[in-house]
Amino acid sequence: MEYGLDLEYSFNEFLKGFGISSEIAHIIWLPLPMLLVLVAAVIGVLVTVWLERKISAAAQQRIGPEYAGALGVLQPIADGLKLLVKEDIIPAKADGILFTAGPILVLVPVILSWLIVPFGQNLLISNVGIGIFLWIALSSIQPIGLLMSGYASNNKYSLLGGLRAAAQSISYEIPLALSVLAIVLMTNSLSTIDIVNQQSGAGILSWNIWRQPVGFIVFWICALAECERLPFDLPEAEEELVAGYQTEYAGMKFALFYLGSYINLILSALLVSILYLGGWGFPIPVELIAKFLNLPINAPFIQVFSASIGIVMTVLKAYLLVFIAILLRWTTPRVRIDQLLDLGWKFLLPISLANLLITAGLKLAFPQFFGG
Amino acid sequence: MSIAITTQIICFSVLSLVILIGALGVVLLESIVYSAFLLGGVFMSVAGLYLLLNASFVAAAQVLVYVGAVNVLIIFAIMLVNKKEDLKPISDIKSRRIISTSICFTLLSLLIRVDLTNVWSLSSPQNSIGEESTIRIGEHLFSDYLLPFEVASVLLLMAMIGAIVLARRDVMSKDISTGLPVDQELIEKSSEPLLTNKN
Repeated sequence: MEYGLDLEYSFNEFLKGFGISSEIAHIIWLPLPMLLVLVAAVIGVLVTVWLERKISAAAQQRIGPEYAGALGVLQPIADGLKLLVKEDIIPAKADGILFTAGPILVLVPVILSWLIVPFGQNLLISNVGIGIFLWIALSSIQPIGLLMSGYASNNKYSLLGGLRAAAQSISYEIPLALSVLAIVLMTNSLSTIDIVNQQSGAGILSWNIWRQPVGFIVFWICALAECERLPFDLPEAEEELVAGYQTEYAGMKFALFYLGSYINLILSALLVSILYLGGWGFPIPVELIAKFLNLPINAPFIQVFSASIGIVMTVLKAYLLVFIAILLRWTTPRVRIDQLLDLGWKFLLPISLANLLITAGLKLAFPQFFGG
Repeated sequence: MSIAITTQIICFSVLSLVILIGALGVVLLESIVYSAFLLGGVFMSVAGLYLLLNASFVAAAQVLVYVGAVNVLIIFAIMLVNKKEDLKPISDIKSRRIISTSICFTLLSLLIRVDLTNVWSLSSPQNSIGEESTIRIGEHLFSDYLLPFEVASVLLLMAMIGAIVLARRDVMSKDISTGLPVDQELIEKSSEPLLTNKN
């Protein structure tokens, strides 16, 4: 049995105390982690939007939002409320059904992917066996939503933006999947829990970033491209395409795109921290600290402490990466479409293939360092 | 009946309904764009059926390959060549329809016959390998199914080379479709980015 908090088990035991059968208890339990993760994702978006406003302001020597709450922390909520009460417009010549379904198809796969994000040994919705592969599969649905909304808007900018978005996310999905494959090769498992546990041996020294530096950079570039963040935000390049596939959208439908892109950014940052930065692991292993302080590892106090440290570490690493992404967005110029496709197909793809080959070789040559 | 079985039956009936209605829509709808998007929905529901059968890896692969690649490419192609023109009227449309309907019904009756005569041996839930299936699929691909696997990769390579030849007309001196000599200057102009010459 793995160590660590098992909230589901204790919850079921708690409900059994009231004479409720374990099946009913399971059904009552099921929506709780989903709701929790959904709320966490939305709060994460609010924080990221605020960070984006503040950091962009600092990068441009402005002050940024200031009046809504202390330091403007309530600004994203004001933005959200504004979008919520705006009129929901469907253009007269647009295709109503596809116009509505597009944003939903963009948002739902992103939220579903949170299924596999672990914040601790047992702190995730479901430890599905196909783990990280589920995320790769789900993120490939998104282009359909983008194409759908681009087509349904009946606007040439929207259509071009949708086509660009789909082309971009298809070409960057391949190096992304290949660099994940190198990690999976070292772990012998697709499960995100196993991937983190494999990095937990010696704290910061055993993180995958030291064993997969090339994979880390390739993955980060591809994740930024998949999120359509600024060096790669061609699908919504303002100067050329107004706002790409979002041009005709207003109100809550636009907010779905907005939410989707920020949830995707946080998700990508979380996955980078899980795949390469040791997930919930503290730079110094918690077991070592407990041993140093002469505390038994199974004491309830240590359990709660290490679980909360795990959550804090995961979120901290993710937000560090979000910070880098925001800084990149406000300091780098946009690439051209031919540069974008050249980078994806002629540079990242061969590099990630070579990385996979070298990882396989190293795994066989040094099984103790690269996972036997 | 336990809750798990009830959930499974509800999921199965919803998925089958979506598959049937979606597939009918793909065939019968006038608008080709709707057909393409409905096809994506059908692929997704088939992935859902795989999930119900405890084959999560196959389900994810179905989503990745059929929805993420095949369907996106179909939609891409439709959107790039979507001209608003009516199809030419076909002269003997009635007899053609009768022939195709009878062929379809023959096929359907054959499939129903197969379904009724064949004894389907279903493994019990205890025997299903579940999460192990990823490893098992890999073992099979590199042992007894190695030849089909490698042949499929050759097929993909051929398709890729064909696509490159079609995309790079400038490697040939003649146009493939018309047989006329290719205007080399035009190709060079189009293959260079616009901004590079304007220093």
